[in-house]
Amino acid sequence: MDKIVNQKAWFLVLPVFAVVAFSAILPLMTVVNYSMQDTFGNNQFFWNGVGWFKELLDPSTDLGGRFLASLGRNLLFSAIILAIEVPLGIVVALSMPREGWTVAVCLVILALPLLIPWNVVGTIWQIFGRPDIGLLGYTLNSLGFDYNYVSNEFDAWATVIVMDVWHWTSLVALLCYAGLKSIPDAYYQAAQIDGASRWAVFKAIQLPKMNRVLLIAVLLRFMDSFMIYTEPFVVTGGGPGNSTTFVSIELVKIALGQFDLGKAAALSLVYNLIILIVCWVFYTVMTNVGTERPEKKGAA
Amino acid sequence: MARIDLVDLAHSYGGNDAAPESFALKPVTMTWRQGGAYALLGPSGCGKTTLLNLISGIVTPSRGKILFDGADITPLSTQKRNIAQVFQFPVIYDTMTVGQNLAFPLQNRGVPKAEVEARVRQIADLLDLTFYLDRKATRLTADAKQKISLGRGLVRSDVAAVLFDEPLTVIDPELKWQLRSKLKALHRELDLTMIYVTHDQTEALTFADTVVVMHDGRVVQSGTPAELFDKPAHTFVGYFIGSPGMNIVPAVVSGHEARIDGHIIGLHRNYGVLPAGAKIEIGVRPEFVNIAAPASGLLSAAIERIDDLGRARFARVRIGDAKFAARVPPGFSVPDNMVGLVFDPAHVHVYADSRLVEGVA
Repeated sequence: MDKIVNQKAWFLVLPVFAVVAFSAILPLMTVVNYSMQDTFGNNQFFWNGVGWFKELLDPSTDLGGRFLASLGRNLLFSAIILAIEVPLGIVVALSMPREGWTVAVCLVILALPLLIPWNVVGTIWQIFGRPDIGLLGYTLNSLGFDYNYVSNEFDAWATVIVMDVWHWTSLVALLCYAGLKSIPDAYYQAAQIDGASRWAVFKAIQLPKMNRVLLIAVLLRFMDSFMIYTEPFVVTGGGPGNSTTFVSIELVKIALGQFDLGKAAALSLVYNLIILIVCWVFYTVMTNVGTERPEKKGAA
Repeated sequence: MARIDLVDLAHSYGGNDAAPESFALKPVTMTWRQGGAYALLGPSGCGKTTLLNLISGIVTPSRGKILFDGADITPLSTQKRNIAQVFQFPVIYDTMTVGQNLAFPLQNRGVPKAEVEARVRQIADLLDLTFYLDRKATRLTADAKQKISLGRGLVRSDVAAVLFDEPLTVIDPELKWQLRSKLKALHRELDLTMIYVTHDQTEALTFADTVVVMHDGRVVQSGTPAELFDKPAHTFVGYFIGSPGMNIVPAVVSGHEARIDGHIIGLHRNYGVLPAGAKIEIGVRPEFVNIAAPASGLLSAAIERIDDLGRARFARVRIGDAKFAARVPPGFSVPDNMVGLVFDPAHVHVYADSRLVEGVA
């Protein structure tokens, strides 16, 4: 059968293309342009080729050192919050009621932290943790703990992590709860009849049935925590020293603090690339998990 | 392995205070012997699944008791009841292989490893699953998955009973036959009490030694397939079992005679005193009524159509307003309008308010 060729369809795509070009491609190209140049102010630019990128990946330079250190901190941060939020979210989802009016109450309470804007969350915890007037900071100090997130690295990290757990565990819990709700009753009844213990039910039924939503949760939490900016910036400002300076905070320091547009542009391109790659890996894994590949006939 | 006694067992999903007529299962008392093959047969919503879930403990009864070998197990949880159940749709543990799925009920009960292995091999062998033992169960077809569910039900040798809740719904018709005969064979081999819920009479009659027919939350008759066919205790059993079902026609009965439209039909037994004010009907299976050329002395009926079932032909006729089915004798050429009906008196039953009345021979 002959396909009907109608080139007029391009006119329908054109507006979208124009909008995307204006909002995404042009700004991105500007960044690419900056990343190849150096500036000494006065709007004077000098060609630098791939110089910034070389420096970025070389830990012996100032730029490379700062970038790789903040990248390491960022990955550590993501790993810690995933290790806490995913198991905690599962536990919360498992202990939620399955029916009755209490379900609605639980859902609303869980959803509350998710509805609070990032910088408000930061402000809440910044005040909450202050040793002089904050409820948490004051209580800890009067109990004899020397807690001060402004001067102590460990305290700063602990504050930022607890804040993220408080803000985002609900998301994991809600996703897991949705996954749990979709398991038919027959599975639980069959498990009862098979004499399965609570742990066996979790391992044989609940966890496998949740694996798709868990992957989504891990993906979302990883991306979000890898791109985190506002909350730690408001609470610790990246300090004490550089101890809570994540990649995004470093980027803003270079771009707006030092006005090193070339370095900042190169850094943001690499940052963007990392996120794209991780996104792609997650997406590929997710779409392959749970799909039933037909087995080869005759395979033993 | 156990004898199962139901004592005044009843259940309402609306709680014990609900109106008696709204009970999903009305009070029932019966005994199921060890090693029997039972079928619970009835239309959707008749309470058969409720009864099954009461026995397995998924549902706790509003009233009454369940005894296994005389011991009251009503308050026990499903885990402690020592019962196996197979559900309508396959339940598979996704992360396990077929073999691990089959071993799961045994492992949970701490059966020694060697014994588990031997038993899994035996069941897999009986269900033709040996080839798949080491494969992941998720990738198999629906009927293979249901075979695994069946296997998990049968794998424990010490269960009081194995309950099946319409287990062949998802299976292709051709395979259904095979699996049904397989279940029958397994029943002989494993010496387990099996209770099989279905709304398919063929399934029930081929599987079970004893068929329990349920209707509107009540057990209306329990008996062998032959008993249900020859002597339905309730008009519902009459027309639910058999194809076409039993003819039920209002009649006036006295002594050895039944009158329909003023016409007299002879009865094999004597019906002296019938309950006063009850609705009296006679019931006769189409197999025991032949059509013949109209003649005086025969009840006459108008032909509507002829159903040819291959092995036999049945005429659909009308007596006055009542619909009626009758056998067409082989080689009989059916006239266009009116025929006479020849009854076999031994198979004509009398019902008062839908219940069988025993006559005196």
